[in-house]
Amino acid sequence: MSTDLPSRSDHSHMPADSSDGVTFDEATVERLLQLGISRRRFMSYCAGLASLLALPQSMVPRLAQAATSTTLPAVVYMSFQECTGCLESMVNSFAFSGGTTIDNLILNMISLDYQETLMAAAGDQAEERLLSVTAQSGYVLVVDGSIPARWDSGYFISGERSGVARFRDAAKNAALIVAVGTCASFGGLPKADPNPTDALSIGDLMADLGVSKPLVNVSGCPPIPEVITGVILYYLSQGMPTLDSLRRPTVFYGDTVHENCYRKESFEEGPLARAFDDPNSRKGKCLYMLGCKGPVTHNACSRVRWNQGISFPMMSGHGCIGCSEPDFWDRLNRNNEKGFYIPIAAGSGHSRGLPCDTCHDDNGGDDD
Amino acid sequence: MAATPNVIIDPVTRIEGHLRIQAHAVPDGMGGGTITDPGLSASTMVRGLEKILQGRDPRDAWAFTQRICGVCTVVHGLTSVRAVEHAIGIKVSKNADYIRNMMIGAQYVHDHVMHFYHLHVLDWVDVVSAMKANPTSTAALARINNGTYKPNNGALPNAAYFQTVLNKLNNLVNRGQLGLFANGYWGHSAYKLSPEENLLLVSHYLEALAWAREVVKLHSVFGGKDPHPNLVVGGMPCTLSSNTGTVNDEKGGTSLNTEGLATIKTAVARMKAFVDQVYLPDVILIAKRYKEWAGFGATAGNFLCYGEFPDPALVKREFTDGAIDYPAGYIIPQGVIWADAPTTLAPFDETKVTENVAHAWYLGSDTGEHPSVGETELYYDGPLPDQGRNPDGTSKYMLDENARYSWIKSPRYDGQPMEVGPLAHILTMHARGGTAQAQPTDKLVRGYVQQFWINPTAQGGLGLTFTQLNSTLGRIFCRVLETKIIADQIAGRAADRTLGTAAYAGWYQLYYNNKAGAYWNPNTFTRLQQPNLWPVQVGFGFTEAPRGALGHWVKLNRVSGLIDNYQCVVASQWNAGPRDLVGAPGPYEEALRGHVLANLKQPLEVLRTIHSFDPCIGCAVHIVDPDGEPLVQVDVKHGVCSTTRVSDMRCA
Repeated sequence: MSTDLPSRSDHSHMPADSSDGVTFDEATVERLLQLGISRRRFMSYCAGLASLLALPQSMVPRLAQAATSTTLPAVVYMSFQECTGCLESMVNSFAFSGGTTIDNLILNMISLDYQETLMAAAGDQAEERLLSVTAQSGYVLVVDGSIPARWDSGYFISGERSGVARFRDAAKNAALIVAVGTCASFGGLPKADPNPTDALSIGDLMADLGVSKPLVNVSGCPPIPEVITGVILYYLSQGMPTLDSLRRPTVFYGDTVHENCYRKESFEEGPLARAFDDPNSRKGKCLYMLGCKGPVTHNACSRVRWNQGISFPMMSGHGCIGCSEPDFWDRLNRNNEKGFYIPIAAGSGHSRGLPCDTCHDDNGGDDD
Repeated sequence: MAATPNVIIDPVTRIEGHLRIQAHAVPDGMGGGTITDPGLSASTMVRGLEKILQGRDPRDAWAFTQRICGVCTVVHGLTSVRAVEHAIGIKVSKNADYIRNMMIGAQYVHDHVMHFYHLHVLDWVDVVSAMKANPTSTAALARINNGTYKPNNGALPNAAYFQTVLNKLNNLVNRGQLGLFANGYWGHSAYKLSPEENLLLVSHYLEALAWAREVVKLHSVFGGKDPHPNLVVGGMPCTLSSNTGTVNDEKGGTSLNTEGLATIKTAVARMKAFVDQVYLPDVILIAKRYKEWAGFGATAGNFLCYGEFPDPALVKREFTDGAIDYPAGYIIPQGVIWADAPTTLAPFDETKVTENVAHAWYLGSDTGEHPSVGETELYYDGPLPDQGRNPDGTSKYMLDENARYSWIKSPRYDGQPMEVGPLAHILTMHARGGTAQAQPTDKLVRGYVQQFWINPTAQGGLGLTFTQLNSTLGRIFCRVLETKIIADQIAGRAADRTLGTAAYAGWYQLYYNNKAGAYWNPNTFTRLQQPNLWPVQVGFGFTEAPRGALGHWVKLNRVSGLIDNYQCVVASQWNAGPRDLVGAPGPYEEALRGHVLANLKQPLEVLRTIHSFDPCIGCAVHIVDPDGEPLVQVDVKHGVCSTTRVSDMRCA
């Protein structure tokens, strides 16, 4: 694997030498070299990044500048009712070829000033750190996990403070709040029926608290690694991205997973996979009948793919479970019927958008 | 309450989840002190997952339980899948077991390496000291310590290579933006490595981040993504591609094509190489410098394993035998080790597990009865948060060891707190290695313990005793040892004449040879509609997770086919749980007794021991359903455990 980024994007790639138009001051080039990063590799990285973010190549210099500014933008990353999957995902993101990944992001592009799972400081020293970095203004506040609505419920306490208080205080001076993962974006698993702890999404808690700050939801369980870091870098270089009605960046969440899926043709023309490991599964036919939620799920999995473009759920034979949508645990099927293995609109016929195969050939027809 | 706690860590960082530690140290008059009593371990976050599972399609349960933890991302999913397969009587194919073994195994290797470098190493490595290192001397040290490891574009790291690492650190300092390294206990007198040793380990810290990203590709090929790869009841959702070439709109196919299989092979080779070349020698380096830590951090000495890694080769006829009922062939055995017989593997009896909530924030059984008795509900009666501090700077939020103080319940086995995890794994393998049931991997464990731990320093060992494995350092050592055993089990290993073990092809190669075989049992979904064919009232699944014994129990409704009740008893619950009704402390708490702190305000020593358990607190916290069915028949035929008894599904 030698590419810098998973380049499954629809957007054209810049030629290898088009970075020539970008000029850096000597100090920046020198600094990159000191970090073991050649100018060429760095520009190729920025070009890949621009492609991922659907930016015109003319924006590459701005990206490059954002990524090499002398004072790094501060990022405060706080965790609430979460499983650490979002952070694990972020740790897998962004690579310089032959080099390192998050180490570049952390050490070279942002200053990750608070992140409990990775930071050296603990206890009082960690709390002190949180207070001092959030006393400055202008940082990006990344949040994962939902937050119990009642501060006095005891369902979330850290550093002797409730989740509500911790978030409220950290949000005060933030320039931008990024809700990472479906728990932070929409309530996610803790909020699944019957929501035993009154878990709230970050957006809902902000409304309750009257916090009016720019908010971006980066949903997914977890989100794709490059999407998490891509959104942060987009903001740092270009400002606020265009958002959909659920405050997700349209560059990543504008299409459904289905629209860019290589199995889409058999959705329209059959045959469909009817069982795991059946001949149509091995051929890569549509997983709709096995419950795939791709047609109603907005995410970039089928375009960007996962873990450096290795695969995505349907490519590995399992339908999409819809993890980037609100209440996907409960309400993605028709009539809010629960179930990841139930077709979205089971038995409701062709006119309701079902694939042809389900009305013309109900025997799992194999038409080749 | 006993003496007022003067050692408090909240939040405990570099763990999964939210944990508070309190302890009392007898001051030494110089700012330090000694912890003479057990500490207090409290989880301070709850989500209530099991309650959410009621009334759902059992096929969906794995996706919910998987989200118990994004670090242990495979094991909670697979344990659920195994529980449902057990409940409906579905056996899986040889390929499914090979793939599951590889996915769990890759999780062990990934988690243990990342735990060591990213969650634990900064307890032993002083980053500020590393900045004083001489890069030439560091390169010389690298040649001795990691002589076959070539991260420098395929070459050994030279002085220029370490200068680059130094530049990165200097950059942080010069900018005044220390990021993740800010506010560490740098310069603490308990740090003992030389600047060069510190720099070497910092460079491995950075390289391990890149390595981890490559290793999880195995999960991605089989499961479509990582974290939270996809699984399915009845086998695996992935299947061999009809198209061996590139997957695209025209030719279709799946991730298991030539490219995907090559990706897995590469990931497997990288796992093995990094463990052999970097992780193992680095742990030995740290152990040599911090040998006194074999004298701290002991638990009561009782250990428990559910067992893991069945041998798929034992499956003769697919879908009719094999799967989780294997009587033998586990790499990590099921069993119990008692403190008075540390080399004897006693049989595990599921009926001896109890759980109580005497010190946990639930209404329910305080008496240490079987968890089937009584009801349990979220019940927080702890101190209020957000109250600030007293005028003298002390905390207004203080947990009381005589009251309820954690969201973790206290599981007990035969009334005793048990340690689970790598130390338990190595001890049970070691014990079985002395019996007629010895597996080749048991012999390797015995050989490595002798070679690295017990042999005198003149022979390159640490010169420590077997008993001292029960310690902070022993836990770290056992973790790397099992990582090596498992990485070799996946990648294959040569014969070892000294230890008398034959060559083994490894799970990857054995799977590869069989890759055209079945991946999923086609009877699975129909069986869900046939309750008359369900063999048991309550299904259970056991996984021996990287952090220890993990069990899920599921009861299905025989009319609706949906989940009536679901229960998990989880590894970090055993280790991180609070005191029980008789006041016996949990393993974290017990392990803190005897710690000598140089500075009560910088409790680095406490962190070393807590981190040696690899806390995973998201896993440890869940709730029991308040409406559990009271009495059902459980037929337990799992490994050495074979009993019939009456219980409800919340047995643990």
